[in-house]
Amino acid sequence: MAGGSVHFNPQDSYHAFLTTIREAPFTSGKLSGVAVAVKDNISTRGIPTTCGSKILSGYVPPYDAHVVSLLKAEGAAIVGKTNMDEFGMGTTTENSAYGPTLNPCDPERVPGGSSGGSAAAVASGMVRMALGTDTGGSIRCPSAFCGIVGLKPTYGRVSRYGLIAYANSLEQIGPMAGSVSDVSLLMETIAGYDARDSTALDAPYCHTPDMEIRGVKVGVPEEFFGEGVDPRVATRVWEAVSLLEQLGAEVTSCRMPSMAYALAAYYVTCTSEASSNLARFDGVRYGPPADTKKTWHEAFQEQRREGFGTEVRRRIMLGTFALSSGYYGKYYAKAQAAKEDVRRDFARLFRDVDVLAGPTMPTIAFRLGEKSDPLSMYLSDILTVPANLAGVPAISVPCGKVDGMPVGLQIMGRHLEDERVIDVAYAYEQGGQR
Amino acid sequence: MITERDVEHIAQLADIAISREELEQFTPQFNQILDYFDLLDQVEGSSEAQHDQFNIFREDIVEPSLPEEEVIAIAPDSEDGFIKAPRVM
Repeated sequence: MAGGSVHFNPQDSYHAFLTTIREAPFTSGKLSGVAVAVKDNISTRGIPTTCGSKILSGYVPPYDAHVVSLLKAEGAAIVGKTNMDEFGMGTTTENSAYGPTLNPCDPERVPGGSSGGSAAAVASGMVRMALGTDTGGSIRCPSAFCGIVGLKPTYGRVSRYGLIAYANSLEQIGPMAGSVSDVSLLMETIAGYDARDSTALDAPYCHTPDMEIRGVKVGVPEEFFGEGVDPRVATRVWEAVSLLEQLGAEVTSCRMPSMAYALAAYYVTCTSEASSNLARFDGVRYGPPADTKKTWHEAFQEQRREGFGTEVRRRIMLGTFALSSGYYGKYYAKAQAAKEDVRRDFARLFRDVDVLAGPTMPTIAFRLGEKSDPLSMYLSDILTVPANLAGVPAISVPCGKVDGMPVGLQIMGRHLEDERVIDVAYAYEQGGQR
Repeated sequence: MITERDVEHIAQLADIAISREELEQFTPQFNQILDYFDLLDQVEGSSEAQHDQFNIFREDIVEPSLPEEEVIAIAPDSEDGFIKAPRVM
């Protein structure tokens, strides 16, 4: 298809979008004319980018993120920016300063988060594919809750240039879509080396999903079916694992002891990094203006009180505490040692198995407002954070329903084996349809 | 156990203004979360990476940057090509 524009004016009844582009231009390429939604923490030249925060209201980036340049080069039409928990801090998209997104499967439930807008945009059929970001499960959780497919790539495989940072050592941009093939196609477009991200790896992704999984060894960590996991969700996931076995995979049970403290390590790490990263929003270079008549500290404090929501303020303060004199050794240093334990656990397991499988989320999507206390919200990330701590690829693929709500099967793989993770998910998706 | 005074101190370190209501809300929440973080006490060993880590260097080459006027244009307040900031002293 030659160039043109996509007319995009959906009735966005789930509040998936923060900004829509009525006439979205596109060029020729592999994704020519395909409507793609982009999470609002990914910079788009000339299109407002708020991170779901008041502190960036009105901010229009003067440049494109690397992934956005790649999408445009392949002909995609960027049709809008999707809602998210403020700066990616949340598991429901209720922490957006612009109001929550609703789950298209049941509008009284959350779509998951933090890439809830992207998941809802895909699940409701408004777009064929979307970009999300995943710091501790933010692509996989909403994919599971909304019944779509989402991949967190190997850390470094997709450039983070132009992604507004929350926790750099953990986060990756990744593809979300209704099918494994489309996720693979979008991954092919966005992966590759970029000198502007110092953690970028030179590992392009050129792959066509292959459903042949005979002989693939699948490990199922017992800890992924532990306390807090809804038994009905566990049943759906075990059924999915049985299907993989019927398709020729060899399934074994295994243990991942570092799961005992992975979540604590994750929250210490991400809040610490956030406390430093979010210091850049001072109202001087962009965003709502700081009062230049006041002193720096007065103006800065004012800016951060007005501009940040409760969860962001809570995490900045927790991170500041974890890094403060006298507590650094107890929290941050221990969290880094724990992170290394998680990596070692994965490395040990991946000597014997090719992929690990388990539920993506311990439960189905929560009702709006159901999770009000922060710790219980954090605990729901327990099954997704290990892949971020270890930097390994992980995908969520729909595997049936509980109470009419989708359940996600999570497949995690070795570093740089995103292709295998895709193949196992594809085998499940295609096998399940037979 | 951290107290409201500790939370006030953290807010000061973080340079983030905190209200009375928030102080009352955050203090018990922080205690609950920090209690949970105590799970890390059982972690032994160091964070020294067991895998191969290496630095990737590049030449320090000057390349074109964003146009100055576009960057100044998004700043809330500017004067003569400079961005205005609150006074530091």
